[in-house]
Amino acid sequence: MALEPQDVQRAAHLARLGLDETDADRYVDDLTRILEMADQLQAVDTDGVAPLAHPLDATQRLRADEVTETDQRERFQRNAPAVENGLYLVPRVVE
Amino acid sequence: MMQWETVIGLEVHVQLATRSKIFSGASTAFGAEPNSQACAVDLGLPGVLPVLNESAVAMAVQFGLGIDAEIPEVSIFDRKNYFYPDLPKGYQTSQMYHPIVGPGEVEITLDDGETKRIRVHHAHLEEDAGKSLHEDFHGMTGVDLNRAGTPLLEIVSEPDMRSAKEAAAYLKAIHSIVTYLGISDGNMAEGSMRCDVNVSVRPKGQEAFGTRAEIKNVNSFRFVERAIAFEVERQVELLEDGGKVVQETRLYDPDADETRSMRTKEEANDYRYFPCPDLLPVVLDDAYVDHLRTSLPELPAEKRARFQGELGLSAYDAGVLSATRAMADFFEGVKDVCGDAKLAANWVQGEFAGRLNKEGLEIASSPVSATQLGELVARVKDETINGKAAKQVFAALWDGEGDSADAIIEARGLKQVTDTGAIEAMIDQVIADSPVQIAQYRDAEPDKRGKMIGYFVGQVMKASRGTANPQQVNGLLKEKLDALC
Amino acid sequence: MHDMTLTELARALEAGEFTSRQLTESLLARVERLDGDLNSFISVTAEQALAAADAADAARGRGEAGPLTGLPLALKDIFCTQDVRTSCGSKMLDNFVAPYDAHVVEKLKTAGTVSLGKTNMDEFAMGSSNENSYYGPVKNPWDLSAVPGGSSGGSAAAVAAGLVPAALGTDTGGSIRQPAAFCGITGLKPTYGRVSRYGMVAYASSLDQAGPMARTAEDCALLLSAIAGHDLRDSTSVARGVPDYRAELGASLSGLKIGLPKEYFGDGLDPAVESAIREAVKVYESLGATVQEVSLPHTHHAIPAYYVIAPAEASSNLSRYDGVRFGHRCDAPKDLEDLYKRSRAEGFGDEVKRRILIGTHTLSEGFFDAYYKKAQQVRRLIRQDFMDAFEQVDVLMGPSTPTPAFDLGANKDPVSMYLQDIYTIAINLAGIPGISVPAGAVNGRPVGLQILGPHFAESQLLNVAHQFQQVTDWHQQRPAFGKENA
Repeated sequence: MALEPQDVQRAAHLARLGLDETDADRYVDDLTRILEMADQLQAVDTDGVAPLAHPLDATQRLRADEVTETDQRERFQRNAPAVENGLYLVPRVVE
Repeated sequence: MMQWETVIGLEVHVQLATRSKIFSGASTAFGAEPNSQACAVDLGLPGVLPVLNESAVAMAVQFGLGIDAEIPEVSIFDRKNYFYPDLPKGYQTSQMYHPIVGPGEVEITLDDGETKRIRVHHAHLEEDAGKSLHEDFHGMTGVDLNRAGTPLLEIVSEPDMRSAKEAAAYLKAIHSIVTYLGISDGNMAEGSMRCDVNVSVRPKGQEAFGTRAEIKNVNSFRFVERAIAFEVERQVELLEDGGKVVQETRLYDPDADETRSMRTKEEANDYRYFPCPDLLPVVLDDAYVDHLRTSLPELPAEKRARFQGELGLSAYDAGVLSATRAMADFFEGVKDVCGDAKLAANWVQGEFAGRLNKEGLEIASSPVSATQLGELVARVKDETINGKAAKQVFAALWDGEGDSADAIIEARGLKQVTDTGAIEAMIDQVIADSPVQIAQYRDAEPDKRGKMIGYFVGQVMKASRGTANPQQVNGLLKEKLDALC
Repeated sequence: MHDMTLTELARALEAGEFTSRQLTESLLARVERLDGDLNSFISVTAEQALAAADAADAARGRGEAGPLTGLPLALKDIFCTQDVRTSCGSKMLDNFVAPYDAHVVEKLKTAGTVSLGKTNMDEFAMGSSNENSYYGPVKNPWDLSAVPGGSSGGSAAAVAAGLVPAALGTDTGGSIRQPAAFCGITGLKPTYGRVSRYGMVAYASSLDQAGPMARTAEDCALLLSAIAGHDLRDSTSVARGVPDYRAELGASLSGLKIGLPKEYFGDGLDPAVESAIREAVKVYESLGATVQEVSLPHTHHAIPAYYVIAPAEASSNLSRYDGVRFGHRCDAPKDLEDLYKRSRAEGFGDEVKRRILIGTHTLSEGFFDAYYKKAQQVRRLIRQDFMDAFEQVDVLMGPSTPTPAFDLGANKDPVSMYLQDIYTIAINLAGIPGISVPAGAVNGRPVGLQILGPHFAESQLLNVAHQFQQVTDWHQQRPAFGKENA
């Protein structure tokens, strides 16, 4: 299945990846070929086959409801690009 | 003139009262310093992984049992992918296709006493996002991720409600159930219970639903009613003018009492749901569910029925006293101590509730405990004190004057005087001290005397400092006065 | 010292032939001298290494040394290491200093190992040649014009060149086994869930596993025993006891049933590689094993299935890199959209962007069933292929890669690069363990034999690999690079 540039733009937007037009064109070819490879899956008969999300047939372990974490804000925020009064700063969000 | 029918569905987000987050061991306590309760997992740091909180699962299942819902054996967490600053991982872990609670139903009671069953489509677990603060940080927005990862139970109803009143009743019933189960404090003002309202209208008799608008984050019962009222009017007007209702998200503005479109320039989001690969399927066996079933507390409907049936309360009283777990527990506490359901009901709904309301307090903050009130009511029941004295004792208890009703009764000497001899003595004294009034009494017409007894009663009560048993005083006084005539 | 295996070094340290400090200093000097040409390290943590070495020597002095005390190694830069840069080979995390240690790092520290630093890798583990790193490509010590393989290329090259005796890598579609093969070393991908992923930056969560890369199977066994085990912080980690993986190394292979998947010996396999592999199989026959042909019918569907599932999971796992709480943020963002789009466009390289785009696309409305769901259905069939095969045989064998290491720059086309993974990729989809051992050379470039087993059969795999290494010497060959500098 061939991809159109707008498919790439749409995916880029959903993934918040800034792509200019030349980028988009470059990726269209690559991605089309990857999808063509993925299309080979259609040849497999999967009637009645359940999807396998995890390789082992294991089930989720439950954790006891206890507070085990302490305040490590200072340590974690050393990596933050913009912080004030303990808050992470981003450009103003209009709701 | 077209008849319109309103169709309403509600999505209620309930913050579960776990100690730690749904996928991490950070605290969920309210009011902490920004980002002091956002651990590595909550922050979505590189390499972190989620582990599921057993309490969140138990609470969700208890809710399901409380609404007679199916509890599927297997449930799956899915990722809902989108970008927002309060969503640290760029996806919300939720449950899209295999929720933990299946279809169930909630019974609502309307004002006229009629009941209706509202179907619940499902309830699922998900993690809450953080908070964005828009007060100026020189043109920036500040993000606090303390709330990120708090467990939410999203309860989705079928579009079974047909009026704002039904919607409010349903919301109250949900609130009642979750507070009863102790799985949430249901505080809408603080955001531990949030409601999205889906409203559409259709010509009466039409089967197909009209286009619906979603009103997000309505945070009180009253606002839910008002928002629906406005929205229905807006949609009807629009349709009658030949327009079309747009499927969109709206916000209710309580100050202007209107709903407004949330103008977002984007097309509908594609959330690309897929099973979260970091979490395995949650499998609940029968033994687990049965164990939770046996440990379920009595739910509002059952309690109401028991208050009416076993305890003999009126439907109205049973309803008021079972409205919240706190109220029901308090009432039963009082009843257990004094042994009289009706008296307890009167006192709890009367003096107690009155004082609470006056001071704007919740039951949890009451300075008078159920035991203390129960002891007081017991003294009324056994006639140790009369009604008037009881009110004084209650006030004194509330103000912290003494630890128990008995202590205050003793200290203030409020014990009701019932000894006939003592009362007679007081009456004799009053008569002796009131020659003028006695003369007037004797001279009055017999049918006018009834009114004049009040004076003597008042004097006797004064002499006894309010502790004489009023019925006895009345009876004995009448006898003695008549004897003088 | 740099030629010795971990096992030999452990004996030497125990015997007091040299101290951990001396060993560490010697290797650090070697890294300093040689890594400029290889580019296998992103961060060298000399100070911390020397401190750890001193502590190890002190512990040994107190009689408290364990099997790994004082042994040097390197860590792929995908593992969070507290207070040390953890870049994942990406500009996005170039400025990220991890505030905590990954589970496996904690275990290795507790065991007293000495980390010399963080090794180079394909960005966010996406690649098969280590040409996708923000920090530049890694060279293969056997031939500096060749790639070392990827994504754990830095770890493989560092071990092959004797800069460290062992390293940790990660494997999502072959990223331990393929570079191990290209670099003539031994690399093991454990069963999914055997080793905790907590603190290992996620690429494709249902496929990723950490594993040891060293000169010998014995060394890999030593390391695996140290890093394996249940971790409460990783829901996908398995609660299963950890045996001493060296205990069964010496077991006889008499009666071992080996299966050769016919799909692994078809088109695209370099004849010289095939030759080496068949020779290796003959060695096994001489050790008492029997060989039969088996079939893994869905082998060729593993690549498309992987390149749907892995990018899909990755597209979601990499959404957290948004310039808000850590990592690269663009200059002067105009608004939120700009912050996201520019930070991510600047922070990620081409291959990462390609995979995010493909992953986003195949998860989208309208494409989900045809791609993602379909791939997961095929995944179940692939796993079934292996389970069926293991009903007939104990282990499977074949080439680790279709060719020896290719030249730098040779595979510009993403799809032809993906086809490199043909023999390794299905293993991750099925979650079974696999090991690559040196088994030959073609024009001076090593060839790897891959051995596969059922879930949790690491002991057997290591035994099968070890026995081969008792009667062959491919694993003892050293590249000319770095030889004259002792």
